[in-house]
Amino acid sequence: MLYREAGQYKTNYAADMAIFPLREDRVGIAIIILAAYSLAFLGNSFLLQAVMIPFLVFSLAAIGLNILTGYTGLLSLGTGAFMGVGAYACYKLMTAFPGVNVIVWIFASGFFSAAVGALFGLPSLRIKGFYLAVATLAAQFFLQWCFIRIPWLVNYNVSGALDAPLRTLFGVPVVGATATPQTRYLVVLTIVILLTWIASNLVHGRIGRAWIAIRDMDLAAELMGIRPLQTKLLAFAVSSYYCGVAGALLVFLWYGGAEYDVFNINQSFFILFMVIIGGLGSLIGSFFGAALIFIMPIVLGIVLPAMLSPFGLSVGADVIEHLRFMIVGALIIFFLIVEPHGLARLWQIGKQKLLVWPFPY
Amino acid sequence: MRAPDNPVAAKQDVLLAVDNVSLGFGGVKALSDVSFDIRKGEIRAIIGPNGAGKTSMLNCINGFYYPTEGQITFKGVKRPKMRPYLAARGGIARTFQNVALFKSMSTLDNIMAGRSLKMHANFFWQLFRHGPAMKEEAAHRRVVEDIIDFLEIQHIRKTPVGRLPYGLQKRVELGRALAMEPELLLLDEPMAGMNLEEKEDMSRFIFEVNQQFGTTIALIEHDMGVVMDLSDRVVVLEYGRKIADGTPDEVKRDQRVIDAYLGVAH
Amino acid sequence: MDILYKIFVEPFLFMVEAPDLLIQTLWEGLVSGVLYALIALGFVLIFKASGVFNFAQGIMVVFSALILVGLYEKGVPAFLALLLAIGAMLVLAVAVERVVLRPLVNQPDIILFMATFGLTYFLIGLGELIFGGNPKEMITSALFLPQGTTELEMFGGLVRFQHLDIAAAVIASIMIGVLAVFFSKTRIGRALRAVADSHKAALSVGISLNQIWVIVWFAAGIVALVAGIMWGARSGVSFSLQIIALKALPVLILGGFTSIPGAIIGGLIIGVGEKLGEFYWGPLVGGGIETWLAYVIALLFLLYRPQGLFGEKIIERI
Repeated sequence: MLYREAGQYKTNYAADMAIFPLREDRVGIAIIILAAYSLAFLGNSFLLQAVMIPFLVFSLAAIGLNILTGYTGLLSLGTGAFMGVGAYACYKLMTAFPGVNVIVWIFASGFFSAAVGALFGLPSLRIKGFYLAVATLAAQFFLQWCFIRIPWLVNYNVSGALDAPLRTLFGVPVVGATATPQTRYLVVLTIVILLTWIASNLVHGRIGRAWIAIRDMDLAAELMGIRPLQTKLLAFAVSSYYCGVAGALLVFLWYGGAEYDVFNINQSFFILFMVIIGGLGSLIGSFFGAALIFIMPIVLGIVLPAMLSPFGLSVGADVIEHLRFMIVGALIIFFLIVEPHGLARLWQIGKQKLLVWPFPY
Repeated sequence: MRAPDNPVAAKQDVLLAVDNVSLGFGGVKALSDVSFDIRKGEIRAIIGPNGAGKTSMLNCINGFYYPTEGQITFKGVKRPKMRPYLAARGGIARTFQNVALFKSMSTLDNIMAGRSLKMHANFFWQLFRHGPAMKEEAAHRRVVEDIIDFLEIQHIRKTPVGRLPYGLQKRVELGRALAMEPELLLLDEPMAGMNLEEKEDMSRFIFEVNQQFGTTIALIEHDMGVVMDLSDRVVVLEYGRKIADGTPDEVKRDQRVIDAYLGVAH
Repeated sequence: MDILYKIFVEPFLFMVEAPDLLIQTLWEGLVSGVLYALIALGFVLIFKASGVFNFAQGIMVVFSALILVGLYEKGVPAFLALLLAIGAMLVLAVAVERVVLRPLVNQPDIILFMATFGLTYFLIGLGELIFGGNPKEMITSALFLPQGTTELEMFGGLVRFQHLDIAAAVIASIMIGVLAVFFSKTRIGRALRAVADSHKAALSVGISLNQIWVIVWFAAGIVALVAGIMWGARSGVSFSLQIIALKALPVLILGGFTSIPGAIIGGLIIGVGEKLGEFYWGPLVGGGIETWLAYVIALLFLLYRPQGLFGEKIIERI
């Protein structure tokens, strides 16, 4: 009885078109955001550093890929590389202009990956489906090669790796070794909330409709005046923007420095898996998918040794990693067979049930 | 929406002319040397047996195919080789033989998508869904609601169209085409697979669109009763060639048309 | 101007000046091209018969080789290990048909494609869980594969031909020939092509889809095993071989997904192009361009001819 549509009348179209037309939904979102912020003060630094920050970063990347693959229907296997472009761009900007606030550069770095993404999106006008997927592999391997072979990108640093110089916001360190997990979590959380809100605005408006139209029936969309190339390129650009920002966050606010190998093809695949399991074409699904794929191995690493230790068996970290691959692979097949719309669909069904509860119809 | 034109005076102007159009795919000739015109404000039917090239003709008209020979003149301008969205921009809308809706979107969003060309709020405002972007959404929502009322599909407003029965999908598709406020509306078998009642409804909508908004309509249809009742003029194709052109009564009496439909004794 | 000279003139001068190096590079390109073609063939087999673009083919190459080597390491005689590896491929084919294909029949192609991503990761995890993640040596001598090199004097230099490479080229060519005959001349081959055209139509004329799928996945598994032995003998058996196996994708794009001659010619173009590019132009940009050159060649080619070398022009209908 807590969740009801009845009695909430809308008197104008704007209210009916709101993203959360139900009061209960709005309250729910407010509570979640509040809880997320208070976690910064309640949670210990392991929870923040090893669970929450990466979860948010991967969610952001998954939102990015979801815009391209879920909403616009263009399969990309180059997500890892696009994240890398953001990270390297952010590094160059940060070190070239140390005076400007790092938050500005994190947002700016996304534009570089957006440009690169749009460039590699150009073939999408002529090719579709797995042909396009192979074309994005070109981006993955080419960009990864650039990260290795162009020392200028890491300021000719001998290790060839990105490091995180100390940067502050209002005098508090947010990037660098002295930044606490708490501040980094707060910064990441704020950025992710902001960008999620923007993504939700985009997909609910004219642009989102054009993306879905291209996905569902591209020829009909074109015959209605939706320009295919512009729409697809915009999807590539916006998607890569999100991936780029996620890449910058990953290196500077989570890892605190990274090598090119972070942005390899496995990264691309794991983000794709988050999108598939979470639900193609669903923003909230991106969070569910990221949670499942990222948090599962952590839980596995804690639960499995505990379960097996009474029998005198020990489990190494490598075994956990192998199991993770197997479980993720099996989950992908399972979801594609049982619920191709992913966890987001289950969430929807749950809400529907709640709406009519206690009557099952 | 536009005020109704004066149907009698308007019907004299040619809106679209097809001159000696041929279309071939490799060795196969889908259309050969077809000429006809569509006048402003009329309902023009294109009929013919299966494989006569009717859909290919529509595809040429809205720029999806480019004729191998001949030319198409729309609003007095010869049509260059172009992408289909430019035809849409020029005021041509259409529906499809096998419904081509955006299956995962709701009825409302499908018809809103038909308004894409009329929406201009820039990317910046889209990011925030406020100000001009939201005002525009609401304004277009009003137009879309008018169309929904007109087609009597209020009850399925928020249903994903993939779940709708075929007859309703056809109606939503008509709504989406109307949302473009086209000058020329192409309907590819709008009544295929419908029962009598649904056909009556659809005929009424087509007729009212033509009368109320003065929209010029070109339609392909197999149901001869509907064609004869609705259309002002009929063009008949067979094996990619035009075999007759005229008012329904003229066409009905044409010997070649009778032969094409009933077969000839050899 | 200097850079243009370095790109457009110098490499060609070098080719003419040292023809022995050119021959050597071409030969190496040819061998890897044939092996790419062999991997690509596994894709083509499955694509023709089930319309599934099997991304896991690359992993099947590694997986099968890993079973062979892993069993040998555990003390199983080489030829028994080979038989067991073939058996494992049969089990895999049956399992894939039961667990993945049957429940997903008639789903959009892209869903099946993504399901093979899942399969890929499952197999990686399984392979490493059983046999460990460290790279292994291929059991070349135990399988009586030739070793050593022949050096031929030509054009004023020595050109080396690894016996193993010669054997690889010969075996791969035989495999390709056998499969081509199998596809065009046998009853099963015809049934395969019918299934590829339309699942429903094939069912309606009494072809058992499930049986056909097991057969093609098994055949693709054997092709993968052969490819795995050959690649493994050249560069060791580990999951990094996957990156090499993925290069069959650009080969497919070049040759088209359904054409066996296309896969062969595409393989040769990619193999030779890549080696020439790496050897003559690679140093200009710091080397290592082999990792992406194949994809970029395929990408540029796609822009020019989206249907591949041997595909028919796609006429879009609505």
